Amino acid sequence: MIDINITKKLFGSDGKMDLDININIEKGSFIALAGDSGSGKTTLLRILAGLEEANGSIKVGNEVYLNANGSLKPQKRGIGFVFQDYALFENMTVEQNLLFVKKDINLASHLLEVTELTELKNRLPKTLSGGQKQRVSLCRALMNKPKILLMDEPLSALDPTMRLKLQNEILSFHKEFNLTTIMVSHDPSEIYRLAKRVVVLKNGKIINDDTPKNVLLKTKGSAKFAFDGELLEIVKVDVINVAIISIGQQLVEVVVSNEEVKNLKVGQKISVSTKAFSPTIQI
Amino acid sequence: MFEVISNLDFTPFLLSFKLASITTFILFVFSLPLAWFLSQTNSKIKPFLEALTALPIVLPPSVLGFYILIALSQNSPIGMFFENLFGVQLVFSFTGIIVASCFYSLPFMVQPLQSGFESLNKNMLEASYISGKSKIQTVLKVALPNIKPSLLTAIIVTFAHTVGEFGVVLMVGGSIPEETKVASVAIYEMVEIMDYSTAHIYSAIMVIISFLVLLGVYIFNGRLLSK
Repeated sequence: MIDINITKKLFGSDGKMDLDININIEKGSFIALAGDSGSGKTTLLRILAGLEEANGSIKVGNEVYLNANGSLKPQKRGIGFVFQDYALFENMTVEQNLLFVKKDINLASHLLEVTELTELKNRLPKTLSGGQKQRVSLCRALMNKPKILLMDEPLSALDPTMRLKLQNEILSFHKEFNLTTIMVSHDPSEIYRLAKRVVVLKNGKIINDDTPKNVLLKTKGSAKFAFDGELLEIVKVDVINVAIISIGQQLVEVVVSNEEVKNLKVGQKISVSTKAFSPTIQI
Repeated sequence: MFEVISNLDFTPFLLSFKLASITTFILFVFSLPLAWFLSQTNSKIKPFLEALTALPIVLPPSVLGFYILIALSQNSPIGMFFENLFGVQLVFSFTGIIVASCFYSLPFMVQPLQSGFESLNKNMLEASYISGKSKIQTVLKVALPNIKPSLLTAIIVTFAHTVGEFGVVLMVGGSIPEETKVASVAIYEMVEIMDYSTAHIYSAIMVIISFLVLLGVYIFNGRLLSK
């Protein structure tokens, strides 16, 4: 069990903000941290890892990471951390990156084999692709057999195929090492696939804490399809208005009434939904 | 011409290189923690330390030499301390010009190391801490190997700058043959006694060596960066 009860003053994107987090995390669970950028997700991970100071307390099982008397050094916390930018030791080969953490050749070979990196073990990081680097980074984080694995948007820079592959690897390591995993992610499908619980932060506070299904499924009432998007433009055509909305990588047009237009502003985050009496699915 | 070269006294050059080697070594040991501290801290004393470190670049060597001379003389507490404890006289001695050179060349060691450390990915260093490695292990195994160009620049430029120093050495060390008469001082003396042919040869050697050293640094760094 991890008990976190911390506060910290931050300088977010909208000026000063108070990070104020009070949360319990079950051992062995997989938690996704979501929220807009600047909401304090990364800071929370860094405080957990001991890379940043905070007020309050963090207890992991019987171990005290942080209380009024001080904070346990990152070296002593038994944490694995996967950075968004990989942060590999550039001067060491793939295998040396792992062995630098701990001289455990068996574990290193096992991790490299699972992630299909054995062939690349003598290569330097700068000769690897993004996906390969992030797998090395994941393996490195596991070399100390950590109790807690923290990942800061580990897959956001990778293409969809590579993401899927790494998601499976993360999940299998999560089970194999009985890790408590906390991952920052913006990708709903990734969160849905991996996490059992989603914690959503906004301006340093938890605004939602539930299962991925309850948090991510946007449909309300009888609506069956719902997509989040950004309103790009409203064009008046004769008597109707057409809203141009960006959803994912696509632009769509939706007819809106004059009444609705009054409540809309270009640039707003909106949700588009429809009832689906006879949905057609085409491949 | 041949006769002049064969009769040439190379002791000043040997002395210059000996002085530069020892100074570079001492400065490397002391500058490493200082440069690391400056690169990692946000403390309020940082600009003060940076300004102090950079001072020898702007001060005239005579000013630096004057203060070091006063500080090391037998009448000063430091001078007395060394005289009484080790029986070492710090002014007009080889030990004295080592101390003076360390002050004089300090910024040339600290600044490249500091900017090298600052250019490192902070996450990489943090990854090392989280792996359980201490700061010292992180500096030696992760930080230093990743700033090789800066490291080489710091060492070579400090060495070359110490070989090239003149004013400070002259003020603190004078010109005692085989003790403090380094190449630059020897050239100055040759010109004073109007022995231009020796001055020519000494100067040419200095130009060639300096050029080759710098050329080597740039070639090495160019290769390292294009790799």
